[in-house]
Amino acid sequence: MNVSIEYQALAPIIILLASGVLSVLVEAFIPRTFRRPIQLVLVLASIVLAFAYVVINASTAVIADPISSGGQIKGLRELAASGAVAIDGPGMVIQGIILLVSFVAALLLAENNVDPQGDAFASRSSTLPGSEDERQFTAQGWLQTEIWPLFLFCVGGLLLFPVSNDFLTMFVALEVFSLPLYLMASMARRRRLLSQEAALKYFILGAFSSAFFLFGAALIYAATSSVSFSSVAVAMENSSQDGLIIPGIGMIAVGLLFKVGAVPFHQWVPDVYQGSPTPLTAFMSAATKVAAFGALLRVFYVAFGGMRWDWRPVMWVIAILSMVIGSLLAVTQTDMKRMLAFSSVAHTGFILLGVISTSAAGLSSTLFYLLAYAFTSVGVFAIVGLVRDASGEATHLSQWAGLGKKSPWMASIFGLFLLALAGIPLTSGFTGKFAVFTAAVDGGATPLVIVAVVASAVAAFFYARVIVLMFFAEPPADGPSVVVPSAFTTVAIGICAAFAVLLGIAPQPVLDLVINAGLFLR
Amino acid sequence: MLLTTLMLIPLIGSIAVFLLPSAKDLLAKQIALGFALATLVGSVLMVLGLDNSVGGLQHSESYNWIPAFGISWTLGVNGISASLIVMAAILVPVVIVAGWWDAENSGRGNVKGFFALILVLEVFVIGVFSANDLFLFYIFFEAMLFPIYFLIGKFGGPQRAYAAMKFLLYSLVGGLFMLASLIGLYVVSARELGQGTFDFETLTTLNMDPATQKMLFLGFFFAFAVKAPMVPFHTWLPDATAEATPGTSTLLVGVLDKVGTFGMLHFLLPIFPEASKFYAPAIIVLAVVSIFYGALLAIGQSDVMRLVAFTSISHFGFIVLGIFVMTSQGLTGSSFYMVNHGFSTGALFLVMGYLVSRRGSKRIADFGGVQKVAPILTGVFLISGLSGLALPGMSSFISEFLVLAGTYAVNPTAAIIATFGIVLAAVYILWLYQRMMTGVPSKEVEETVSEISQRELIAIAPILAIIIALGFVPQVALNVINPAVEQVQTYVGVTDPEAVVGIEGSGS
Repeated sequence: MNVSIEYQALAPIIILLASGVLSVLVEAFIPRTFRRPIQLVLVLASIVLAFAYVVINASTAVIADPISSGGQIKGLRELAASGAVAIDGPGMVIQGIILLVSFVAALLLAENNVDPQGDAFASRSSTLPGSEDERQFTAQGWLQTEIWPLFLFCVGGLLLFPVSNDFLTMFVALEVFSLPLYLMASMARRRRLLSQEAALKYFILGAFSSAFFLFGAALIYAATSSVSFSSVAVAMENSSQDGLIIPGIGMIAVGLLFKVGAVPFHQWVPDVYQGSPTPLTAFMSAATKVAAFGALLRVFYVAFGGMRWDWRPVMWVIAILSMVIGSLLAVTQTDMKRMLAFSSVAHTGFILLGVISTSAAGLSSTLFYLLAYAFTSVGVFAIVGLVRDASGEATHLSQWAGLGKKSPWMASIFGLFLLALAGIPLTSGFTGKFAVFTAAVDGGATPLVIVAVVASAVAAFFYARVIVLMFFAEPPADGPSVVVPSAFTTVAIGICAAFAVLLGIAPQPVLDLVINAGLFLR
Repeated sequence: MLLTTLMLIPLIGSIAVFLLPSAKDLLAKQIALGFALATLVGSVLMVLGLDNSVGGLQHSESYNWIPAFGISWTLGVNGISASLIVMAAILVPVVIVAGWWDAENSGRGNVKGFFALILVLEVFVIGVFSANDLFLFYIFFEAMLFPIYFLIGKFGGPQRAYAAMKFLLYSLVGGLFMLASLIGLYVVSARELGQGTFDFETLTTLNMDPATQKMLFLGFFFAFAVKAPMVPFHTWLPDATAEATPGTSTLLVGVLDKVGTFGMLHFLLPIFPEASKFYAPAIIVLAVVSIFYGALLAIGQSDVMRLVAFTSISHFGFIVLGIFVMTSQGLTGSSFYMVNHGFSTGALFLVMGYLVSRRGSKRIADFGGVQKVAPILTGVFLISGLSGLALPGMSSFISEFLVLAGTYAVNPTAAIIATFGIVLAAVYILWLYQRMMTGVPSKEVEETVSEISQRELIAIAPILAIIIALGFVPQVALNVINPAVEQVQTYVGVTDPEAVVGIEGSGS
């Protein structure tokens, strides 16, 4: 077989992975004092360059269109790397969202003004927590710049995940972005034991789910003699091997639903979100979720699209469980990060409504929701990282009382993000919810929308409770304060806030973008 | 453009007030009052520009907003919405003058924030009454909550956080069910027309099957019934008014709650005519229950603010009753009732606020003999109260009479039962007057309750004047309202029953 590599189509992925290699070399050969600035420039430049390539790919005229779309759709639609990767409209939108979010998250990871000891990561994660070594390295102001190559590999994997066109490529991408995340999750500067516990939990459960995914892929291969999505779809139509196919679909679903954090595969979410360094939580809650939903959409629309009558009832149950359990458990939380983690589980349920629609409207609304949610989520965790007292981040809800009086601006922006998460009109969250709900009603899932509406009402309660706490309660005497961050975090929060407002007031350009993205390449 | 401009005036005002340095409290109040008065002038010009010979939407304007969802910025008013906008525009400057020191008295500072929020609220109120794209209506419907939420939560009494939260959650839950119905309506319109729309006039032309209508109707009705509020969705209202400042309560009950009944009249009946007729008997029962429940609980209250809140629940019962009997008298009566109730309840809240701020207590038992120490204040109280019990000569009498007459034509039982509500109204107002105003003043009342101040009188006098004026020349308002009512009847496809007086009884 003649192997061809479409360099332009794959450029964003190649750029990120190559920068990752370069970044390792920087760690190896550049003196410690210069590493941080060089790594920062490398990371930000490679993300910008990759994004530029996504834009170029999206505006390149179609040369050969495998399925005729009437010539309406602009932008690349081609199978790259011998059919292992499918670059198409929805794929490029997902890649664009991942890169934008990664850029903002990289700014947060670069923040070193908030913690008096340095950035959000342990000065040297190989030291024992609380040991003499740890104290020495911290006192000397060491920074763990190894996070940057990890971050680059992770983003590279995330870019590949939603455009993978066969189960094996998808599995490789899954591992490429998961392993750096397991590592980075363990490297928090404060409360290191909690962080390490979270990372171990994440690793073990993540490894489990990867195994499920791989086993599922093996069963599908056994039934259809193929791992490529399009041939799997064709083979399934004429196959009588339901005994292999149904468990195969189920196991692949487990692997993907674990990554998006849907109930009942959500157990890791609160622990990992709470234990990880907050900038990493911001990155994970947004970029990983976007990429995983991208992959979920592609698998269930392309490979399993013909089997939707079989998997839809299960997805209904999972969507309902995610919305209801996520919202209800969020109400009971007293820790800000855990509350936001459960809220992210509930949002997973809302996004699943779009997936279940299995229509063009379902796809475009899901993409819009992902964009809206990703920026709100990054913004919310960015501000959580700024509320600190002497011992580090103050994440207990009671510590947030009266914050609106001490720092009205930050509290207002945080309130804006919460309103967007709650889906209040004129914020990005509302437009997203509206789009997804409309697609679901149109797709015949009206009962799901009614559950979603009730869950939104419950969710509105715990978001509003935080706003009440910030603005109407008296601040405690020794409460935390909002640390003034450097330009990195300020810019990041500004971008997120702008998206939260603009996508609520003038969503039309972005709606055009996601609608014109068209369907997945089969 | 007229209606958008009308919304821009208070919006610019609120921004100007908000941007002032925090030391300039007096200037903030003056600017707020100036912009509120300018809005009033604008809204009066708007209503004078209406052509009273047509019932459809006027001053219409429409711009695309989110074409992907068929959402547009479509504004337009008819007689009903225009009169409600004028009512709101009158109440806002009144509340600003009456609440001149409320922000300082709350002890939580931020004077300019208080007045900026009132102006923001006015923007949304004009928007919600003039929106004729259902999505736009929903946006204003939800957006209105937030200024009120902060007005209660920041400037209210000791239980303010609880009251604000309860208010917000009730309204949000109602709003979310409306959203679900709204999405359903959108999908139905997309299936029938090819492209989904939220345009009110287009939606009235849809041929929905009755089963779908009945489903979608419920979502909207729930939201409106929470807002109005009707028994059993009313429990947030007494808590909210007990904690809010009197000015906030005036705007909340006088203006915001009207959105519920306005929505029933303006959107539910024309878009879901079949479902409205189907549910009407049940809703009429609910309305009569509201009339009695509100009145009986008002009689039992020991807190004056809660008492006024319960009287409003009773009054909203009358309004809903008039809407769902669907006769021209009933609909006209309800539309007029909405305007009158805004003024009379506003007057009651404000005068109670004057009394409470003097005595420092909301308990009725802490008053008594006020007429000896503050006769003018007592007189103001009496006029407001008599308007509240719909005494002939007051504007509220005309509307209550129209509602009952309109009800009798189609549902005599409901009309007769509801008439007893008027007796209860006399009980709660006159007994309240007796307990608070007559008798021998206690030492505390003598020390604390002083005569009404000039500012307070200037604030409340215009409303009292309007109440009496509309009581004698109701035609001023009815001429504006009537064509719009006929239009609603056309949408629903109902006509008034033939006059039956003398026919039924002449069988012998």
